[in-house]
Amino acid sequence: MMRFILPLVIFLVLSAFLYVGLSLDPREVPSPLIGRTAPAFSLPLLDDANKQFSAQDMKGQVWLLNVWASWCTACKDEHPVLMDLASKNIVPVLGLNYKDKREDGQAVLRRSGNPYLLTLFDADGKIGFDYGVYGVPETYVIDKQGIIRDKLIGAATPKNLAERILPLVEELKKK
Amino acid sequence: MKRLLIAFLLLLPVSALAEEARDLADNPAIERRMINLAEKVRCLVCQSENVASSRSDWSNDVRQIMREKMIAGASDQEIMDLLVERFGKSVLFDPPVDRETMPLWAAPFVLLVFGVGILMFQLRKRRAAVAEPSLTPEAAHKAATLLEEESKS
Repeated sequence: MMRFILPLVIFLVLSAFLYVGLSLDPREVPSPLIGRTAPAFSLPLLDDANKQFSAQDMKGQVWLLNVWASWCTACKDEHPVLMDLASKNIVPVLGLNYKDKREDGQAVLRRSGNPYLLTLFDADGKIGFDYGVYGVPETYVIDKQGIIRDKLIGAATPKNLAERILPLVEELKKK
Repeated sequence: MKRLLIAFLLLLPVSALAEEARDLADNPAIERRMINLAEKVRCLVCQSENVASSRSDWSNDVRQIMREKMIAGASDQEIMDLLVERFGKSVLFDPPVDRETMPLWAAPFVLLVFGVGILMFQLRKRRAAVAEPSLTPEAAHKAATLLEEESKS
């Protein structure tokens, strides 16, 4: 009996490891910034180079910071999802136009709509670096105290918004 | 004159390209230090490459930031700490031994001990199976007489 049970157990354990391993995305590196204060920034707006906006201005609100660029293809897929989110008025979404040309960024918003409360312009990607951005799009959930609570790497989808981001936002709003 | 102009025009893009490599010419010591350090950093966009050899945008940025920090007087350790703070320990090609990575470091040894345990168990079982059956005195006597008859005939 033992002869059959032992290989079977080894097989099951291996299958379990493979099953979990294959469903993980190795590109998704957990951010060490979760649970830490969002790095401070003061950046010009995409549509007005003379206006500055700082992370400090969002204190007291739960908000999303969505990093995007006109050259990023996944951002195009994500855009309608963000438009839909914006139309529901659940949570303010700020855009961070990352390593882009000002005209190109503006053109995207003119062409396909603007889901953002406002968009910050990070031409050289310095603030993106502070936030640990390595693949656009990325979306950060920031709470009332200015602490990063979660980070989506890759495009927001109706699924990950409904299952992961929005429940967290609701929870943080109550605090 | 025309030829001279053509020659000049042909040279133009070359001098434009030379601009890119200026950092290297400016400070070879910093550049060498930067490459040394960049070899220890994983490119997060192309995970099996290091930042020194990767041509991705992200790696370019990281190398540029390394240069700037080095020129500003930061030590290699300070730059590494900054990168780990931003991107997590996965940027290190040499994972440190600490509480989080301990299971990974320990796993081969745990498996080895486990394997040796199974081997010992199996060997002991086999030895018991093939051990010489001990003879009862009568059987030994009978065997002895049989052998004796054999040698007589």
